[in-house]
Amino acid sequence: MNFMAIASIYRFEMARFFRTITQSLVSPVLSTSLYFVVFGAAIGSRIDEVEGVSYGAFIVPGLIMLTVMTQATSNASFGIYFPKFIGTIYELLSAPISFIEVVIGYVGAAATKALFIGLVILATSFFFVDIQIAHPIAMISFLVLTCVSFALLGFIIGIWAGNFEQLQLIPLLVITPLVFLGGSFYSISMLPTVWQNITLFNPVVYLISGFRWAFFDTADVPVAISLFAIGLFTAMCLGVIWWIFKTGWRIRQ
Amino acid sequence: MTSIVSVRDLKKSYAGGFEALSGVNLEIEKGEILALLGPNGAGKTTLISTICGISIPTSGTVRVGGHDVVTDFRAARNLIGLVPQEINLEPFETVMNTVRFSRGLFGKPRNDALIDQILKDLSLHDKRDSKIMMLSGGMKRRVLIAKALSHEPSILFLDEPTAGVDVELRKDMWDVVAKLKASGVTIILTTHYIEEAEAIADRVGIISKGSILLVEKKEDLMQRMGKKRLRIELSTPISELPQELADRGLEIAADGNALIHDYDTRSDRTGITALLKDLQNAGLKMTDLETQQSSLEDIFVDLVRETS
Repeated sequence: MNFMAIASIYRFEMARFFRTITQSLVSPVLSTSLYFVVFGAAIGSRIDEVEGVSYGAFIVPGLIMLTVMTQATSNASFGIYFPKFIGTIYELLSAPISFIEVVIGYVGAAATKALFIGLVILATSFFFVDIQIAHPIAMISFLVLTCVSFALLGFIIGIWAGNFEQLQLIPLLVITPLVFLGGSFYSISMLPTVWQNITLFNPVVYLISGFRWAFFDTADVPVAISLFAIGLFTAMCLGVIWWIFKTGWRIRQ
Repeated sequence: MTSIVSVRDLKKSYAGGFEALSGVNLEIEKGEILALLGPNGAGKTTLISTICGISIPTSGTVRVGGHDVVTDFRAARNLIGLVPQEINLEPFETVMNTVRFSRGLFGKPRNDALIDQILKDLSLHDKRDSKIMMLSGGMKRRVLIAKALSHEPSILFLDEPTAGVDVELRKDMWDVVAKLKASGVTIILTTHYIEEAEAIADRVGIISKGSILLVEKKEDLMQRMGKKRLRIELSTPISELPQELADRGLEIAADGNALIHDYDTRSDRTGITALLKDLQNAGLKMTDLETQQSSLEDIFVDLVRETS
């Protein structure tokens, strides 16, 4: 294992994050604050409590998940797509590193960025609502797992994408709708039974539910199922990445 | 001489069925400068890419320092520095960071003193903290070289290092290559500037349509290039050489209107004075003289034409 190479990729990617700190950090914080204002204050004042939690606090885990999933995906996909686009990928291919080290470097950096943004949003939310975290370790674990698994997904998208449009396609058309429909801003128990059953096919439901459990000790689905779902999703992403590694798909001719 | 890169029966076909390399055999000797000459699309870049790990060989083997580039890729690639043909650089990074990154990828600990020295050698030191996008094309090309040298490789591949580079910079680049060779680095460069191969290479390989046509010492090639042909136009055609000219190595041109004499410009005596005197003594009247020098370009063009 070439640890020095992993560290180099990680540092190089993190440098990009800090170079563009304004857009990296300010925009998610700003948009989250807007969600708080619109959903928490305006709509939340009409909704009393959801599952015993004030609506303003109830949406915090969903908001963090929404941002973390999109950030992890877009950072990782951009991270590996950009070298492909500008041609610097030659360096990764001709260095004494295996694909595994490349994945750890890029996915690690993208996950770190998303985690960082997630924690900043959590800190921001303390200014708006009063929240307590029932299971802090489980909360951090869910957050880290989500960051890593969606960064893995982003990495796959970045390898697959042939242009910038495709890079945006999956986050925009798949992830955002799944997150919005995954109970970010509501409890799925608020839906009619038919929709509750359909929603169970949305993997994001399990992630948000598990994450919300870590905050409020209440969940739409049992925590064990949430953990299993995120584990399964991570395993699927790893499987695809392993296949890319074996075949050199879209990287090595 | 021991070979440091050994290519055996290397074939490379792309998904569309195009065969870019059709059975290349090549031994690169330790410490030499090998220039690979070939027209566009001959397979120069594919050959380099396959040795360096960017492309996967369809069949055949490539060993670098005795290590197979597929099964023992880490050991093989550790020895190699690659300067690609295209200027592929992260535009928003600084020169120093991007060179540091390259060194890190090769698993080497940070060594800014070494990188500073490399940047100085390449006249880039005053740009160490500049963003890549602020540099001129020639500087960017040197950044690519700095990146390739950052991990102290023992073999350096330069793919068209002086394409689109002005004359002065080209000479600087040749100096850099000469210095590297002096420090023991084996250098393989591709070019389609014949004078570049003449100026710096120890051996010249000619590649066309995915095959290596010849690999020869530059001196041997120059020997062939040193041959000159003198054509003597005669006022009256002849069908037979006069007796006194029989052992002069002359040929009668097809139409009998001229005599042809091949000679070596490098020998102390070309024998031209004596030949002209003999011609006069034999009573032959000359109307014109013409000389032609065969160049590496002629050899190259002939070879490439023969195979196509």
